[in-house]
Amino acid sequence: MFKDQTAIVGIGQTEFSKNIDSTELNLACKAIKLALDDAGISPDQVDALGTFTYEETPEFEIARNLGFGNLHYWSQAPYGGGASCAAIGQVAMAIASGIANVGVVWRSRKRGDPTSRMWSHTEQEIFDHWKWSRPSGLVRPVDESSMIMRRYMYENSYSREDLASVAMTLRKYANKNVNALMHKKELSLDDYMNARMISDPLCLYDNCLESDGAIAIVITKLSLAKTLTNQPAIIHAYSQGMSQEHSLMTDYHGNNPLQSSSYVTAKNLWNLSDFQPKDVDVAQFYDAFSPMIPLSLEAYNFCSKGQALNMIGDGFISEDGPLPVNTSGGSLSEVYLHGMNLVLEAVRQIRGTSSAQVNHANLSLVTTCDSTPNAALLLRGDS
Amino acid sequence: MIESIPIPGINDFDEIFWLNCSNNQLSIQHCGACDEPRFPPRHMCPKCQSIDHKWKIVAGDAELWSYVIPRAPLLPYFEKQSPYIVGLVALNNYTNIRIIGRIMNSDGSNLASTTNIAIGSKLSVGFNKINSEITIPFWFLDV
Repeated sequence: MFKDQTAIVGIGQTEFSKNIDSTELNLACKAIKLALDDAGISPDQVDALGTFTYEETPEFEIARNLGFGNLHYWSQAPYGGGASCAAIGQVAMAIASGIANVGVVWRSRKRGDPTSRMWSHTEQEIFDHWKWSRPSGLVRPVDESSMIMRRYMYENSYSREDLASVAMTLRKYANKNVNALMHKKELSLDDYMNARMISDPLCLYDNCLESDGAIAIVITKLSLAKTLTNQPAIIHAYSQGMSQEHSLMTDYHGNNPLQSSSYVTAKNLWNLSDFQPKDVDVAQFYDAFSPMIPLSLEAYNFCSKGQALNMIGDGFISEDGPLPVNTSGGSLSEVYLHGMNLVLEAVRQIRGTSSAQVNHANLSLVTTCDSTPNAALLLRGDS
Repeated sequence: MIESIPIPGINDFDEIFWLNCSNNQLSIQHCGACDEPRFPPRHMCPKCQSIDHKWKIVAGDAELWSYVIPRAPLLPYFEKQSPYIVGLVALNNYTNIRIIGRIMNSDGSNLASTTNIAIGSKLSVGFNKINSEITIPFWFLDV
């Protein structure tokens, strides 16, 4: 009913920068037009939209700027870093079920300016669940991620040198990607070990970039996709996941805080899929902070519990390893656009157009934030 | 950015928690029907869906489950104190009650050094009075 019924047929991205002199709406329009041109689809064919609840460009503004047709479906997915695959999956469901025919999903974000950091707008009096953490000085997402990582490193006897392999691996991919913000900057182990701490045990290089830009994709039914020029990235499987007792970012209150919502998403995704982790050729794991990559590798069952950092250190996710990961540089070294760059890279791998192309990549996984309610997509090339 | 410490607003389902903190007592919400403990406090028991609840005063003894040391950039109130230690503490005598709190000296002054701090460290609860309504619990190392 859903499996292999839809495909991502167009991708578009603006320039990425620390400071683009333009509005989010302007950037969104440009990225969507690029994605439609890439797909070879006329804007008046679009009748479904998907974006993030955090997105500030409204659907009607997007539609009347781009000249879309009459719309039949739109939805927004919550929880920031957990949203990209959910927004796409929901539009794909609308298309697979026949409600709509052509969907656009976008994210436009000007977050290069430090005053746009969400935690910096913490209110004097807090009534939602952040009241149980922020008054005690656990204020930023990096602090919340770091809490889990110190425990993980303690339980599995890892050091900062072990964690460094994540940021260094992704930087090497960015060094091959001319569009990556860190394209020309190499990262050595010395650079990493001497970096300033942001939330010990996490340092500067464990954090995603602060950046401006917009990204869009186009989704159609597979039958329409097959009439277009680009090789379709077929949406094979999709699931969301939220674990019992989940608490957004401060997900510390369940039976095992090291067992995140990613375990829920992964279990359902593999159940819905014709494939196993060993079949996946390339993966893009959401990486606002470097711990999310080893934790996601384990949650999606690419390795046993506690082994991920050893395997990353041994090259498991490197370009010549068995599972290349975040091959455009990811949020740590390409751009931070709430994970939408990871979706584009997953599509490029299937098309054969990545700057770190995996030979004959046919099965491409993309996930969202390990610390929030989240989602994942399994894309495939053949049909 | 706000200059002073962000404080918890009081909701109907956690009013007693903050009142007890003001009296230097840590309390845990339990279901009024099935006695299931729960944290953070909330309206309904996730086990039996009763909205009846009660509060049990606890000693507050705990073990350090994990901790972080935030550094700049931070909210001004915390940046002035950085480096400081925030812990996730696992309350004794409960299976899954973990509370976020500062790890401080026993008198509530800032503890910047992690000497003697380790996952598994034994902790006691202390109370940091912010105003007449709000007192925030913290933990300190048992000696």
